[in-house]
Amino acid sequence: MPAIVRKTREGAIHAALFACAVVSILTTAAIVWVLVSESLGFFRHVPLADFLFGVRWAPLFEPRSFGVLPLVCGSLLVAGGALLIAVPIGLASAVFLSEYASPGVRQFAKPVLEILAGVPTVVYGYFALTFITPHVLQRLLPGTEIFNAASAAIVVGIMIIPTMSSLCDDAFRAVPRTLRDAAHGLAATKLEVSTRVVLPAAMSGVAAAGLLALARAIGETMAVTLAAGMTPKLTFNPLTSVQTLTSYIVQVSLGDTPHGTIEYQTIFAVGLTLFAITLTINLAAQRVIRRFREAYE
Amino acid sequence: MSAAPADALFEPRIDARRRRSRLFAGACVAVAAFTMTVLAVLLIDIAHDGWPYLTRSFLTRYPSVLDPKSGGMLSGIAGSIWIVGLTALLAVPIGVGAAVWLEEYAPQNRLTRFIRLNIANLAGVPSIVYGILGLAIFVRWLHLGRSVAAGALTMTLLVLPVVIIASREALAAVPNSIRQAAYALGATRWQTVRSHVLPAALPGIMTGVILSLSRAIGETAPLIMLGALTYVAFVPGGALSDYPSGAGGLLEWTQTALTDQFTAMPIQVFNWTSQPQKDFHDLAAAGIMALLGALLTMNAVAIGIRAWSQRTRT
Repeated sequence: MPAIVRKTREGAIHAALFACAVVSILTTAAIVWVLVSESLGFFRHVPLADFLFGVRWAPLFEPRSFGVLPLVCGSLLVAGGALLIAVPIGLASAVFLSEYASPGVRQFAKPVLEILAGVPTVVYGYFALTFITPHVLQRLLPGTEIFNAASAAIVVGIMIIPTMSSLCDDAFRAVPRTLRDAAHGLAATKLEVSTRVVLPAAMSGVAAAGLLALARAIGETMAVTLAAGMTPKLTFNPLTSVQTLTSYIVQVSLGDTPHGTIEYQTIFAVGLTLFAITLTINLAAQRVIRRFREAYE
Repeated sequence: MSAAPADALFEPRIDARRRRSRLFAGACVAVAAFTMTVLAVLLIDIAHDGWPYLTRSFLTRYPSVLDPKSGGMLSGIAGSIWIVGLTALLAVPIGVGAAVWLEEYAPQNRLTRFIRLNIANLAGVPSIVYGILGLAIFVRWLHLGRSVAAGALTMTLLVLPVVIIASREALAAVPNSIRQAAYALGATRWQTVRSHVLPAALPGIMTGVILSLSRAIGETAPLIMLGALTYVAFVPGGALSDYPSGAGGLLEWTQTALTDQFTAMPIQVFNWTSQPQKDFHDLAAAGIMALLGALLTMNAVAIGIRAWSQRTRT
């Protein structure tokens, strides 16, 4: 093959591969552009301050009100509850996997944990609505509504356990063997090694895992829509129905909302809020990893 | 005040500490076991509710609005196959291409770092935001409507970051000596990549790709955003036998399918679950079993590929 042909072909292939990588930048640009440009239309009708600090969300019926706080509150209630479940269980599972489990147990237990993340979220919604609420919550706490934040928090918590445990496990395993050996050499028990040597050394990884799990919980949609209901409410009572940012978006898209109306534009304003929150948390997680990582040689 | 003897200050209490350590180990095992119990309860609950409904006719019938007993998920299965198939066709070349560029070609500069950071962030964007993107770009702006094509394009953007990250890991695991050997024999960069690096990374790439596509099967929120319908009494494109035989008929069938409205398995599950009647819930459980069956098959294929490649390589 003549050199010129070969050179042209190499160049063309390089360009094509680069174009593939650029798709990801275009995707981000498109997300930001779509959310911001449609939200601008919304904010021409609703003042930004009313949206951000309003305490009543009633965009679909009169008298209308566009305060996003009830939705943010619903999202935080569900995500906070989910973290209460996922952080202790995920951490304990990670300590077990990295510090206690034999290689054989580990090889079995890790994929089983990962299954929890692979189950479609709509399945968790079914489980929350038809099992956890009637057979667990309503038996223990008779006042529980059919749709409630608690059941959503429980299933979202289960769903993000693998995020937590996998990332913490990675962080623990990155702590060098020598630190553990030194502590064991000073007659520390396994518990002391885990909690006073390994955990502090891996703290940045654990914090980042918590943040990533939180972002996933806030972005979770189908399970929350099915389990938590559709009632926007500024409440911290987990036994009543709430609406989250994500389930509001689903509610609007299930209905017949004409393009260009203010109801249609609320999707984008709420979507922008959701995107801003999850992006901030994800960036914070990356920053935590970079800034506070204990580097070992 | 007299000084205490040194060994009274230091209390090893080694037995108590060991006991506490064992107790903690027990608690960790209990927690891990609890998690697995939850998984088991979930599966048993679903199997118990859905088993009576999971019949051959359930898989080959269209959904029914009124009568849960005669409902089926044929249109959902067909829709899911179309969406996931097209997503694979689009996401695999673009995703692997981007990964090859990042691992084999990219210079160490700010643009490359930005693209890497960007992909990591895209992987963390909630799936419903991709749905909003698809609604604005594909459904409205490109006038694709609530079609199979719009669904597949949205799903492609959604799984791309995962495909890229998995493929990059597989490429990074290829030893450098392979590249150096190829270069030493005068191969160009592309020749090295195509004939040596990609074949070595292929099993890892395929495993990652299949796992990310199995995520696409279960995704519901973006498709609901696009306006995928809940009751669809046809499969995309209709029956292939209604078209003239040969390449022309196949092309026409594909074109019709791409512009047809659709539903998907998880959307049907969502719809049945949100009905108040118990019968519909049981139907949803049967749908979940079909969905989990599809997922299990794909994961088994991924594990099979990994096992096969480990055997052939040694």
